[in-house]
Amino acid sequence: MIDGKKRPNGWSWWYLLFVAQYAVTLWPPLYNRADPYLFGIPFFYWSQLAFVFAGATLTAIVYFMTEE
Amino acid sequence: MQHINWTALTVFLSLFAFITWLGFASAHWRKGDLDLLHEWGLGGRRFGTIVTWFLVGGDLYTAYTFIAVPALAFGAGAIAFFAVPYTIIIYPILFLVFPRMWRICHKHGYITASDFVRGRFGNRWLALAVAVTGLVATMPYIALQLVGIQVVVGALGLSGDALMGDLPLVIAFLVLAAFTYSSGLRAPASIAIVKDILIYVTAVAAVIVIPLKLGGFGKVFAALPPEKLLLALPGPGTTGAYGAYATLALGSALALFLYPHVMTAILSASSDHAIRRNAAMLPGYSFMLGLLALIGFFALAANISGLSQYAAGFKQFGTNFAVPALILDSFPSWFAGIAFAAIGIGALVPAAIMSIAAANLYTRNIHREFINKNPTAKQESQIAKYVSLIVKFGALIFVIFAPTQYAIQLQLLGGIWMIQTLPAVMLGIYTRWFNAWALLIGWITGIVAGTWMALAANLTPTYPLTIGGFVFPGYTAFYTLILNLAIVLVLTPLFNAMSLARPAADGTPADGHWT
Repeated sequence: MIDGKKRPNGWSWWYLLFVAQYAVTLWPPLYNRADPYLFGIPFFYWSQLAFVFAGATLTAIVYFMTEE
Repeated sequence: MQHINWTALTVFLSLFAFITWLGFASAHWRKGDLDLLHEWGLGGRRFGTIVTWFLVGGDLYTAYTFIAVPALAFGAGAIAFFAVPYTIIIYPILFLVFPRMWRICHKHGYITASDFVRGRFGNRWLALAVAVTGLVATMPYIALQLVGIQVVVGALGLSGDALMGDLPLVIAFLVLAAFTYSSGLRAPASIAIVKDILIYVTAVAAVIVIPLKLGGFGKVFAALPPEKLLLALPGPGTTGAYGAYATLALGSALALFLYPHVMTAILSASSDHAIRRNAAMLPGYSFMLGLLALIGFFALAANISGLSQYAAGFKQFGTNFAVPALILDSFPSWFAGIAFAAIGIGALVPAAIMSIAAANLYTRNIHREFINKNPTAKQESQIAKYVSLIVKFGALIFVIFAPTQYAIQLQLLGGIWMIQTLPAVMLGIYTRWFNAWALLIGWITGIVAGTWMALAANLTPTYPLTIGGFVFPGYTAFYTLILNLAIVLVLTPLFNAMSLARPAADGTPADGHWT
């Protein structure tokens, strides 16, 4: 950081979005329930499928915010 | 016994013929000198973002996954859905760790994880440990891909006495071996594009058509027994199914990128940016995998194993027959042919990449390190081509002569062994503080403890770790990785203080590690 340039692969605060992703997906009590249903699919299943999209979106955000 | 389904078989064979042609033709794609190992074994590192997406997708989400994940849902219920969090949390790892890995490997001409470890820690025995672990863990994985082909071939009605029954598998194997030999990594890269399109079509059609036939998602899930619908609530004094679910997802995610075939696909990307972009794009496959897992529940709701015409298939293949049986039951024959081709071709892509990765490992890290130190470039790539044949042939013999259960159990153990290379490979990207001998001792301790725990748990993935009367059932690979890391962290300062063989030369000095 001395020369004012970002160190390649240095730390970025945007990476905290990844931590959030881990915390939610690896905590089953959050989503291990049937209600509310969506199109007849229990919450356990549709919420985790929704996490896939959320995860991809967060990764894309990190990509654009950290890309040189 | 069921009869041969001619319509499905014709569609299946046509698609197979097409990808066979494609496999050979791809030798000319982005043409390079296939007598160079990095051209044959890494496609010349020329795959951009899109091709990498197909290649890594075809590599991570294998045919066996498409059979086994729904089969687990069919047999065990909600716990099978751990595959979804697993394939969510792999992408931050891909995003953070592997662009850096790619840059180091690109700069020094490394083509395997073992090359990297050799350069980073300057210890050939540690590099050998990484290479052997990769080889041993990959073999049963290839065998499982062939099991995937066996299941769909059986579903097409091609079953017979011992030799005739195995003939289709042998033919598929010969096709695979020939185009891998002649085209290297370019073959699975081009075939992956066809395979992925077929798989997406199959998954989307299955998720729309089958629930409609069964009366909607509501009816499907209402038909499930409650113990399969959700994870069981943990009782007092244990983390129960919650701990198992989370550690299975986390441990599998940590182990995944250490596998040689995954490393090969990642290193074949044309730039570190292509890898970062893919971390955001690859979850498309995770979503599809989640849809496919649901198919296991459809099969359960349709009571597919209760239908007499599929009894023989279930008897032969167990719950792995659930998906093929449901496809036969729900779709016209021509579409079943497409779906089975998707699974069959989906087996060839990772099997080809795995055999190439194993060949790279043997050639670079065993042959060149210990047998012939100065091969010519042509000799090197020739050895790799032969090894790719031997590896596949070994897997074929194994699948034909050993019970399927052995391949599944070896694959389970392979995951536990593979994760023990994490400190040297994945943490090695960030630091070379670790002492190589400490890493080696951590590795062997993890392997011995993991094998023992897996045997104690009757070769199931989770071990009921008990601390002070509290039970933590969890993925053995995850627990033994913690043990491995603890040993490395304790022994490294100890060995360094004794100044035990710390290599003077770092082969990778300019790559900005932290210490």
